[in-house]
Amino acid sequence: MTKFIIILLSAVFINNYVLSRFLGICPFLGVSKKLDSATGMSCAVIFVMLMATAATWPIQMYLLNPNGLGYLQTIVFILVIAALVQLVEIVLKRYIPALHKSLGVYLPLITTNCAVLGVTILNIDEGYTFAEAMVNSLGSGLGFFLAMVMFSGVRSKLEGADIPKCFSGLPITLIAASITSLSFLGFGGVVENLFA
Amino acid sequence: MTEILTAVIPVVIIGIICAAVLVVASKIMAVKEDERFPTVRECLPGANCGACGYAGCDGYAKALVEDESIPTNLCIPGGATVAKQLSEALGVEFEEVARQVAVIHCYGDCEHTQDQVDYRGMESCSAANLLFGGKGECIYGCLGMGDCQKVCPQDAICIENGIAHIRQSLCIGCGLCAKTCPNGLISMMTDKVQAVVSCSNIDKGAVTRKVCSNGCIGCRKCVKVCPSEAISVVNNVAVIDGDKCTGCGECAANCTTNCIMMYDENGLHRV
Repeated sequence: MTKFIIILLSAVFINNYVLSRFLGICPFLGVSKKLDSATGMSCAVIFVMLMATAATWPIQMYLLNPNGLGYLQTIVFILVIAALVQLVEIVLKRYIPALHKSLGVYLPLITTNCAVLGVTILNIDEGYTFAEAMVNSLGSGLGFFLAMVMFSGVRSKLEGADIPKCFSGLPITLIAASITSLSFLGFGGVVENLFA
Repeated sequence: MTEILTAVIPVVIIGIICAAVLVVASKIMAVKEDERFPTVRECLPGANCGACGYAGCDGYAKALVEDESIPTNLCIPGGATVAKQLSEALGVEFEEVARQVAVIHCYGDCEHTQDQVDYRGMESCSAANLLFGGKGECIYGCLGMGDCQKVCPQDAICIENGIAHIRQSLCIGCGLCAKTCPNGLISMMTDKVQAVVSCSNIDKGAVTRKVCSNGCIGCRKCVKVCPSEAISVVNNVAVIDGDKCTGCGECAANCTTNCIMMYDENGLHRV
């Protein structure tokens, strides 16, 4: 049990996908302008990360590894995740139109987004069991959610700030992102020692 | 050769399986869309202004297809042409659309009123309005920061001499500016020759007079001269009923402070 909590917390805080591993920067900068679109995007990412892990872990373990095809990992994962996201979109559109309306715009955007692909590949590299891999994906998704929500707050403050003209727009956003990312360095070593 | 094949074949097989699943899924779970929807959507201008009261052109098209009773003349930017096309596409009766234009009820420019304070905050009417009703002496008047200008999809509004001017010739009547103005100075009216009161100050005449030389002081002179009884004074400011106004110009000619203007094909102007 402790191991799961450690995996979850370190995925959220220490190895935060956006702020420490620098994966998924594109949606992080693109969709973080408003809180509601940031939460919508993050929920879609959590959902897709879990689905993708559930699909790719068995493929790697039971299909690729026994046949010595481990080197096909990246291309097969991209293929499977893309197809999966499309399938999920079709199913949502048919059966849960409300959810499709709120997540729908973001689903195609994150088809094999680097954060999603990163989670699935790192799950294999870390040698996680299926349960551990799922917990790690959940933690990574939550970490993405945390980063997006925090940063949308930062950006809404930036909107009203008096910024020198040469810094306004993307430059100040990148500076703010780097400071937010620095602040997450403070979590280093915390989780391991929580249960020591 | 075998090494290449052992790599290619599994990927191809996985790809084919994925494709097959997607094809089957999209066939089984296809959502039925009304076949008239694309035609109806084509007729609409695609400005997504929301003047029809629906969430953009897609929303209006969807509502039209689903409910026959919804009138086809709600699209104000599209006007009569779009209404006609929509009626044809849906096979229903066609009704005339009255062109709507936005008009501003304030003429407190730099020559008529002064600034009270030096405002150095955000360049936004709604922000300035929160601070003691803006920088000008009249707290009901145009703040001149251009919130209406920013929302106008047609660039029909310009800020000149400290107040907003609307070029009615460019106006498509979407009403976005009327919704945005924090003082509610902009209203939508039918595009015909008529008189417009260019003041919204609801203070008593003496107070109004002090802050702006263009202000309506509520003297009721216009009420008396109007031959069609279209004018009334509500909250110390004259209000003209656009439906009754014949555009004779009597009120504008007799206004004590010259704050009633005439609207015609040349836009808003003094008599």
